[in-house]
Amino acid sequence: MNVLVCVKRVPLTGGKIVLTEDERAISTRHLGFTISPHEECGAEEAIRLVEAYGGTSTVLTLGPPEAEEQLRDMMAIGVDRAIHLVSDGGEWDPQATAAAIAAAIRAQPASPDLILFGNESADAGNYQVAIRVAHALGLPCVTGVKGLSVEGGAVRCEQEVPGGRDLYEVPMPAVVTVKEGLNLPRYPSVPGRLRAKRKPVEALSPERPDPLLEMVRLVLPPGSGKRAEVLGRGPEAAPAVVGVLRELGLV
Amino acid sequence: MGSVATAESSRQLPSSQRVVIIGAGIVGNSLAYHLTKLGVGDVTLLDKGPLPNPGGSTGHASNFIFPVDHSKEMTSLTLESLRQYQELGVFIESGGIEIARTEERMQEFARRLASARSWGIEPVSLITPGEVKELVPFINEQLILGGFYTPGAGVVDSLRAATIMRERAAEAGLTIAANTEVLGFELENGRVRGVRTTRGEIAAEQVVIACGAWSPRLAAMAGASIPLTPMVHQMIDIGPAPRFADAQGMIEYPIVRDMDTNMYERQEGTGLEIGSYAHRPITLDADEIPSIEEAALTPTELPFTQDDFDPQMEIALELMPEIVADESVGVKYAINGVLSVTLDGMPLIGETPEVRGLWSAAAIWIKEGPGAGKTVAELMVHGEAEIDVYESNVARAYPCQRTASHIKARASEGFNKMYGIVHPSEQWESDRRVRLSPFHERERELGAVFFETVGWERPQWYESNAPLLEEYGERINRREAEWESRWWSPIINAEHLAMRDRAAIVDLTAFAVFDITGPGALDAVQRTAMRQMDVAVGRVVYTPILTPSGGFKADLTIMRLADSVFRVVTGGAYGMSDLKWFADQLPDDGSVQLHDQTSAWCTLGLWGPRARDILAAVTGEDVSNEGFPFARCRTIEVGPLSVLASRISYVGDLGWELYVPIEQGARLWDIVAEAGREHGVVPAGIGVYGTTGRLEKCYRAYGAELEGEFNVVEAGMAWGKVKDEDFIGKEAHVRHREEDPAAIMCTLTVDDHTSSAGVKRYMLGGEPVLTPDAAAITDAKGRRSYVTSAGAGPSVGKHILMTYLPPEHAVQGEQLVVEYMGERYPVTVAVAGSTPLFDPENTRVRS
Amino acid sequence: MSTLVFIDRADAELSAQALTFARGLGDELHAALMGEAAASAPDDLAAYGVSVAHIAEGVDPYAPAAWAQAIVELVERTAPAAVVGPGTDRGNEVLAHVAARIDQPMAANCVSLTPGDPATLTRVRWGGSLLEEARLHGAPMLVTVAPHAVTAETVAPGSAPATVSASPFTPALSDADLVVQVSERAGALAAGVSLTDAEVVVSGGRGVGSAAGFEVIEELAGLLGGAVGCSRAVTSAGWRPHTDQVGQTGTKISPEIYIACGISGATQHMAGCKGAKKLLAINPDGEASIFASADYAVIGDLHEIVPAISAEIRKARSG
Repeated sequence: MNVLVCVKRVPLTGGKIVLTEDERAISTRHLGFTISPHEECGAEEAIRLVEAYGGTSTVLTLGPPEAEEQLRDMMAIGVDRAIHLVSDGGEWDPQATAAAIAAAIRAQPASPDLILFGNESADAGNYQVAIRVAHALGLPCVTGVKGLSVEGGAVRCEQEVPGGRDLYEVPMPAVVTVKEGLNLPRYPSVPGRLRAKRKPVEALSPERPDPLLEMVRLVLPPGSGKRAEVLGRGPEAAPAVVGVLRELGLV
Repeated sequence: MGSVATAESSRQLPSSQRVVIIGAGIVGNSLAYHLTKLGVGDVTLLDKGPLPNPGGSTGHASNFIFPVDHSKEMTSLTLESLRQYQELGVFIESGGIEIARTEERMQEFARRLASARSWGIEPVSLITPGEVKELVPFINEQLILGGFYTPGAGVVDSLRAATIMRERAAEAGLTIAANTEVLGFELENGRVRGVRTTRGEIAAEQVVIACGAWSPRLAAMAGASIPLTPMVHQMIDIGPAPRFADAQGMIEYPIVRDMDTNMYERQEGTGLEIGSYAHRPITLDADEIPSIEEAALTPTELPFTQDDFDPQMEIALELMPEIVADESVGVKYAINGVLSVTLDGMPLIGETPEVRGLWSAAAIWIKEGPGAGKTVAELMVHGEAEIDVYESNVARAYPCQRTASHIKARASEGFNKMYGIVHPSEQWESDRRVRLSPFHERERELGAVFFETVGWERPQWYESNAPLLEEYGERINRREAEWESRWWSPIINAEHLAMRDRAAIVDLTAFAVFDITGPGALDAVQRTAMRQMDVAVGRVVYTPILTPSGGFKADLTIMRLADSVFRVVTGGAYGMSDLKWFADQLPDDGSVQLHDQTSAWCTLGLWGPRARDILAAVTGEDVSNEGFPFARCRTIEVGPLSVLASRISYVGDLGWELYVPIEQGARLWDIVAEAGREHGVVPAGIGVYGTTGRLEKCYRAYGAELEGEFNVVEAGMAWGKVKDEDFIGKEAHVRHREEDPAAIMCTLTVDDHTSSAGVKRYMLGGEPVLTPDAAAITDAKGRRSYVTSAGAGPSVGKHILMTYLPPEHAVQGEQLVVEYMGERYPVTVAVAGSTPLFDPENTRVRS
Repeated sequence: MSTLVFIDRADAELSAQALTFARGLGDELHAALMGEAAASAPDDLAAYGVSVAHIAEGVDPYAPAAWAQAIVELVERTAPAAVVGPGTDRGNEVLAHVAARIDQPMAANCVSLTPGDPATLTRVRWGGSLLEEARLHGAPMLVTVAPHAVTAETVAPGSAPATVSASPFTPALSDADLVVQVSERAGALAAGVSLTDAEVVVSGGRGVGSAAGFEVIEELAGLLGGAVGCSRAVTSAGWRPHTDQVGQTGTKISPEIYIACGISGATQHMAGCKGAKKLLAINPDGEASIFASADYAVIGDLHEIVPAISAEIRKARSG
């Protein structure tokens, strides 16, 4: 089976975020780049499915030229091939992103049986690109999946919900968004790294339409302004802690 | 970012301390510990980061220690650190193997073996590829020619060591303030008075910057400079490897340093750490290091740049395929780690020359951290330390060596030599032609081959003197081995002989020159110098400068130019350190001024039997022995120039040092060279001045024979009586004169230079001196005998070595051996003491 | 004009927040209720100002495309100025399907919305570490409300609609709309109180030191009838299953009190516990960044402090 996984290059942030001067991006002067943990699980799942059932795994990203690094990271852990929708680095809204991805998938000679996304991107968190892609391609879409298996021509998905798990069984081809916890992604091996360096990347340059969800600027949220009340040091603080719990009616 | 402890402890910061240490890495903690051990308890240790890992280089260091280094000072710091790590219980002795892929490296290992013996590191051995394989079964031994095995190498837990030392210091009174950022310094009359922090102000007598890569930024806040640059060192951790499955948290295999690829590999737990100094040099500014809050990991663990490391992955994969080529072994951690690099690879230790009371303890790596901490503590409390760290003195750099551009150039050039085979005379390629003497154009025209010292371009020899080779023919040794021929020319020996036969002029502009003036000048100079300085105006005094315990701080000449004007002339290499030492001895009452005249005066040496004839030809003054005796100085007219002439010699021949203001230098050169032509004067390089000339005369050099751990009696320089006036180190010096010396400076000559391959070999210095049965020689103070200086003595036709020997071996005619490049050569003690090999009666200088 | 609010019955609190947010837009409030279970008691919505409850029938159990289709029908029929959903998994999923179907932009996790042409809004990025100011060029305005961005408030007594007019309808669904539908509801994998529902969450971070170290955390959570959580460092180390992970890519929780032990407070983690009413942090490092968000702090070793708290609770209960 052919599995395609979509990922997004995002900065690997620390405890404090600093914005660029134009307030339209995070300053990445000191930062490395990564993809969301959800997407790492998506890539791992794609590799495992292809290991189990044969076929080809493909990683796709829409991002600036530098996003090739993330494609190679994914090929280093075992994804077979990569498609790079090279952007100008500007902000693509979810509709434009989905349209470009759907067009690229349509243009593939072999259409994927399963298209995996992270449940949401680490940075924008729009919660909709996968659904829009599924809609555009006329495919079913299951989101927030933390358990996935393939049986016959169907994919069986588990979703964590309050109080339990919802199960879905959907015929392929299908779109699935996954959450961290689905699997434990592997680390790249050194030979994997070196192989990934030599693999080709298929590059396309889609046009960016005017955004309909138009980012104006980013803002750092105000601090909590809280000053913690120190209940004490060491085990001597226990009675004070229980006092707090008592006030909350828990003891 | 707010924190509860901030609110709590803001009240607890002491308002006043004897010492404030900024930076709680291995250095700051170690320093705090050693200060409290020396009885200084009112110390506060600050860090802007959290504890135990505030985010500096200590937190991500690779933590392994190979003790063998060609530098004696670095080795001493490392051995002391190793001792402390062992005492703290944080050292795992895994052993370490440096592997060779080339014959040249195998030769370098033979040289390393010699350094290990000189500095007393045993056991070490050269091992075969098969033996390497036995110790490191996962290595591809086909790639290597052999290994240098140090069983005593190992891995430390530097964060744990820092924590233990901090806890011990806290018991002795140390105040610890994490998450406390320094905002500025309180300064008064060039002295630090305190530190302003995010938690208020602390008044302090002494403030130490132990901030690693951030140190330049902190120093700049006080108007001082700590000349280092942050650089990137790449490392990755891979694992878990099946072979290491049972090795939980342990280090079971020796560390491997793959010297010829600038890489290392070491097992820890189930993983393998691979590090590299092979990638392109990446320097940063201290301001480019992210803040703690912004950093994804810690501020000194920067994002890994994969492309830079790809070639190293290929190398590691080939060397250790069982581990690295295993598809199941993953890259779990990869960083561009920040470390501190200086212009010459040595640390930056001591009080800054710009601000009194402000100290630097920076550019110190894990392997030398605790030793450096102890050393700085001793310097702060006693004014000198057990380990003499003159090569690491923060004051050593001239202003032109402190520029960001220069530090980056040299740090970048040095980076890829981290594991390099560096010749003792190897020259820098970057950032040359910074300090040019007024003779430079003339020298260039004469085909000078320039060597650099502290920024100055100095002729080492002149290609224009090549015809002299024919003139002196057989008297000149031709070196057969490439290693000794590197950075050397037989022309040096020819220039030497021409000087001894006729005369030579030598560019000595690199001298550091400073004047000490004012009503209190005599007292200040008297107190600093060992010899009697209350001499007649016009006298030149060559004097040791001693440390409080009677070791060597410097040796230099002082001219008394007027009742209250003394001119100090010292070698360029340690000129700034010496300037700082003199400045430190001045009284606070303003009665003495110190003026650095280095860039005001150039110096031309004129020596040789015809020197007087030449000088007499250009001046109307009486320059006869009676009219201008030895050890006198005075201003004479030379053509249109007013020249300060000083009749002394470091090459043991008749002649003068001629000083003129720097803009008149070219004219001086022309006048002397013109007058000298008929006397056969030659230009001679520093090869003569610094090596051949002085060695024949058994003159000692600071930084070689003269160091803090040796005293005047041992050096054979205790002539004359001890002056009545007080001077630094007097008490110790008087005691040394009463004791039997533990070692005596001796001059050796090499009896047979022929190697087993039939090639004549010539030692270059640093080699161990051994008994005929190849046993190491150690004196009563535990010091090994090694060659302090080596070089040709063309006039005496010998290769000359200098060494300290215990009295039982310091006997003329004693037969010993010297180990060089893995072989032993017979030597004989030619002189025990200071009698020169050439012109033992010193008639030349005094005629 | 009206505002249509999608009610996620699985999360009453966040749905109430969405209603409160939607009421702020000033238009008549309509609710969209999905399925029979949702329709059981529409009257409780009156307190939040809802006047009409549209009840879609024949869409049980949850089928995101079908639910979206029901809303699309309501959009066509009632022409609301805005469709608002809670920032729950289902809220975001259903609204995204709606957006795809009517090919309009949609903004997830908003904290404010100002109608206009275009509408302007502020929404959450990076799990709450950043806010984005944006323009929404679409009609109707499709938004979900960031969890805990507004406090759920009922309307002032007396100004609430007397009754909610229930308007059941059966959306016209295609087979494709029901391809993705919950086929089975299984129990949670882990026993005990679930993280999302727990009133008390006791969490451990890297400072716990080992899998075995969680015994003291489990003991305290058990005594308080709470759930055990952990940080990403802990799941990465393999000490706890990912189901215990609180954070941006783990579970987002909203207990009465969150007791964080040995957790430094990385943004990834804090994004998951923003919903906690109170935060008590236990950490040996008084400078740990978690204290900047905490209500209560205890400084010291959790391995000493947590058992002492458990002992104190037992003492209080037996006394």
